[in-house]
Amino acid sequence: MSAVTSVRVGDAAGTTTPAGRMAALARAELALLGRAKATLLVAVFVPLVMPFSLRASIDQMDLDGTGLSVGSVLLPATIGFSLLFAVYSSLVSVYAARREELVLKRLRTGELRDREILAGAALPSVAIGLVQCVALAVACAALLDVGAPRAAHLALLGLLLGLIMWPALAAVVASFSKSVEGAQVAAMPLLLVSMLGSGTFVPLEVMPDRLASLCELLPLTPVITLLRGGWTGDLSAYDTLGAVAPAVAWTVLAVFAVRRWFRWEPRR
Amino acid sequence: MNTNGHKDVIEVTDLRRVYGGGFEAVRGITFSVGRGELFALLGTNGAGKTSTVELLEGLAPPAAGRVRVLGHDPYRERVAVRPHIGVMLQEGGFPSELTVGETVRLWAGCTSGARPAAEALELVGLGRRSGVRVKQLSGGEKRRLDLALALLGRPEVLFLDEPTTGLDAEGRQATWELVRELRDEGTTVLLTTHYLEEAEDLADRLAILHEGRIAATGTPAEVTASQPSRIAFDLPDGYFLGDLPPLAELGVTDHEAAGRRVRLRTHELQRTATRLLLWAERARVELGGLDIRSASLEEAFLRIAREAAGATEAALEGSRGGATARKGAAV
Repeated sequence: MSAVTSVRVGDAAGTTTPAGRMAALARAELALLGRAKATLLVAVFVPLVMPFSLRASIDQMDLDGTGLSVGSVLLPATIGFSLLFAVYSSLVSVYAARREELVLKRLRTGELRDREILAGAALPSVAIGLVQCVALAVACAALLDVGAPRAAHLALLGLLLGLIMWPALAAVVASFSKSVEGAQVAAMPLLLVSMLGSGTFVPLEVMPDRLASLCELLPLTPVITLLRGGWTGDLSAYDTLGAVAPAVAWTVLAVFAVRRWFRWEPRR
Repeated sequence: MNTNGHKDVIEVTDLRRVYGGGFEAVRGITFSVGRGELFALLGTNGAGKTSTVELLEGLAPPAAGRVRVLGHDPYRERVAVRPHIGVMLQEGGFPSELTVGETVRLWAGCTSGARPAAEALELVGLGRRSGVRVKQLSGGEKRRLDLALALLGRPEVLFLDEPTTGLDAEGRQATWELVRELRDEGTTVLLTTHYLEEAEDLADRLAILHEGRIAATGTPAEVTASQPSRIAFDLPDGYFLGDLPPLAELGVTDHEAAGRRVRLRTHELQRTATRLLLWAERARVELGGLDIRSASLEEAFLRIAREAAGATEAALEGSRGGATARKGAAV
């Protein structure tokens, strides 16, 4: 196509929309994710492999009297891993890498709003996380005899909060690093604490009470609680509120922190 | 309105920018750019060019002062401004693993009224590089890709931060040609550069920044006109400076002699040169190594930098002296 033959589209037709802009960014990010083999491998396979390594240890747990089954422990845990590895961990790297390559700064000179940049960049990871969660839920339901969720709305609420909270937390953590490698290290503490303390490896029900009530305040715990309650259907209104409140609090806090402290340019 | 009678597209009034550590990079500058004008910001590294342009692009709010681009605050009203401006940052900012084509498509998806990707790449001579990863591009090609993205939305106002740094001579010429065409089509262009030749060739008006302040501004001819022209030659054997016609009569404002080499400065180059050469003719002598040059932007620039450096040194000298005096008093 030459300069002569191109005709400027009318302003109304050519004006971009938030959805269109985010879609363009998400498409580019998806291509980049496909080329970042190591990140992709961790994002896709860790959450899929983890359940099998957990299975043996959960089998040996004394779940009598906790109202839990192997399936209802394992399923939320696998979704939790998906949020941690496919969404959180990979997005910390993505945000840091785009910042260090000055991509974020360059994007900010265009029509994209700040929140569209962060959301658009997160879309492919969130989509992978979502697909994984659904696939894992179906697989667990079928293979572990968990059945369909009895209170699906709680499971959905948990998933939704998780999918907003963890990209935001990734953006916050990415702000506290000076390089992509540094970002991966910065991502570790929250990753480890969440794996150990949010009822993925060890259900809170089998922990000492004091430790359990502390662990209930971690960002991943309410997500796990809501997911598990969604499947067992035995989460009381009081317990639901007790899970939704910290989940909303973490989400609001993370979004606020991003707006306040997110760094768009490398520290020079 | 500016002197050309065009409505101002960029207005900057007493602009200041202070960084987190307290460093004041822009210290109260004022200028305006009319529609269709090409304005160049010149300056040494660290003069505050990029800091200024980033404020105009709306990447950061000013610490004080006022910026208007197309009548809007570029930071607070970026939604109104962004669809009409094109930006080329000093340093790329493209994911290195994307191809050139993918990069342009990403930008096209975020740009109102975007040109077709192929057309944008053709404009900057990257038509055949569409399938190449950004990381495999040369420095010059990256600059040209950046320019293609800045031009993607056919902007009314174009901000180019050192657009030709890293380009070879040919690429530089091509970019100048393109920028000139855009200006002729009515695009308002603000560019920063440390190539004086670039500013002299392209700019309708320019400002020389030094340490966050405007040290000189005007058309290239105006800025240059304030500078003296120079004549240099070797005195013939057996002749002394005093053998020349009285320097004031030649229109010389300033002179220096080092050995046989004589350097004269004048604001009336033709008069000085004519009288000097007539004298040589009459005296039947040869002025060896004769070098006559009219004032250039480069000279203006170097002189401003020199004067400013001198002033800084003098200030430092003064404060050192003061410190010594105080010390002395304490002892």
